[in-house]
Amino acid sequence: MSALNTLFILALAFVAVFVESSFGGLRRLIGVQVDLLPALMVYASLSSGLVTVSLLAVCGGLWFDALSANRLGVSIVPLLVIGFTIQQFRHLILRQETYTHLVLGFAASGFAPLLALAIILSYGGEPILGWGTLWQWFAMTVLGGLLVPVYFQLFNQVYRVLGYERVVESTYRSDREIARGRG
Amino acid sequence: MKRRHYLLLAVVVVLTLVILNLSPRTATQFKLAIGSLFLPLFGLAGSGQQVAEKAGNAVVPRKDLLKQIEQLRRENAELKVQLPRLAELERQNAHLSAQVGFKQSSRLNIKLARIIARDPANWWRNVQIDLGKRDGLRVDLPVRTAEGLVGRVSEVSETRARVVLLGDPTCPVSATVRDALNNVVDQGVIKSPAAVLDESFVELNFLRNATAVKPGQLVVTSDEGGLFPKGIRIGEIVDVRPVDFGLVHVARVKLAVRMNALDDVWVMMP
Repeated sequence: MSALNTLFILALAFVAVFVESSFGGLRRLIGVQVDLLPALMVYASLSSGLVTVSLLAVCGGLWFDALSANRLGVSIVPLLVIGFTIQQFRHLILRQETYTHLVLGFAASGFAPLLALAIILSYGGEPILGWGTLWQWFAMTVLGGLLVPVYFQLFNQVYRVLGYERVVESTYRSDREIARGRG
Repeated sequence: MKRRHYLLLAVVVVLTLVILNLSPRTATQFKLAIGSLFLPLFGLAGSGQQVAEKAGNAVVPRKDLLKQIEQLRRENAELKVQLPRLAELERQNAHLSAQVGFKQSSRLNIKLARIIARDPANWWRNVQIDLGKRDGLRVDLPVRTAEGLVGRVSEVSETRARVVLLGDPTCPVSATVRDALNNVVDQGVIKSPAAVLDESFVELNFLRNATAVKPGQLVVTSDEGGLFPKGIRIGEIVDVRPVDFGLVHVARVKLAVRMNALDDVWVMMP
């Protein structure tokens, strides 16, 4: 299941990057394109191992930068930092709580663009920044954070469909029933 | 963490550092190669769009179609009348130009391209089009629509190309402000957007004669930059304001092209 999980996460990352570059409805509406990868990284780091986190950071980052004017590799770093940090403190996190998912989602979605911009600026890039960037950052943080519970729901549904159905066992067994009376 | 984890982390960090420090040329080639993985999805999205358009066309009422046909027929007839006159003017122009030794401008050679993707990051303004090296594209070719200038080609792969849009700092354009009589009022450079969220405004910097620049005046390309042919419409002046304690003036320009609603563009071939 672990390999399948990794495969699903990578496939979703690939589709997410494609959706971000091909469908600009939200960008036209509110002037912001939400990054779908940090939230996915939160899901991956809470539900999978370090190999999955590393693969998602490298592949997701490269796919994103390939379709963007970002310097190649810029998007790997924030994803890697998010993934490894959550992995480090995974044993302290209440992984099943929606509240936890939201908080981690907001933190990751807010942190990722800031670190990416810092790297771009440190390499001498000239990204388009202004007061509107604050709105973009806010929208990316909120909408990106809201995506984490969605990813959990989505993957739970997928595994429910693909996994074995859980056998419901009862302590009652008819063959062990003690028949009383004359029989 | 286990030792194995630290090792994995170290490998990923080193790999990231290597990728980040690739030479621009190598990085571009990697980008184009990785980006080509998305081609099937782009194709699928394009086909889906075409199917949706066809489905939409199927439900257009016959009455509207007939009306459109009639309108096109009328326009066609008008253009047929104008064509011989324009051919005659062109012939006269060529004759007079030859007499005064004026260099003839070459015929407009354009290729239609479809926008297949936009930059997923919020801090760049560029799009990808479905033409590439195999269609004769190369870096720095101007891109436009019927309304005006869109930008320039910045990266080219075999089957697609990246176009930097006006307003992106990596697409500076030398521009001329013209008045109603088509006289040159001032010159400047467009190299930054006027607002982060609104793609329809850019800033025209380094104005020399700002007092003469008025709202509503036309902004077109000048040939000073060497990349863009002279006279392509860019937009209209919205307002002018002094910056740096009045030492320099900057004008806000409303672009002629709606950048956030681009579907098809023309690449101006050499």
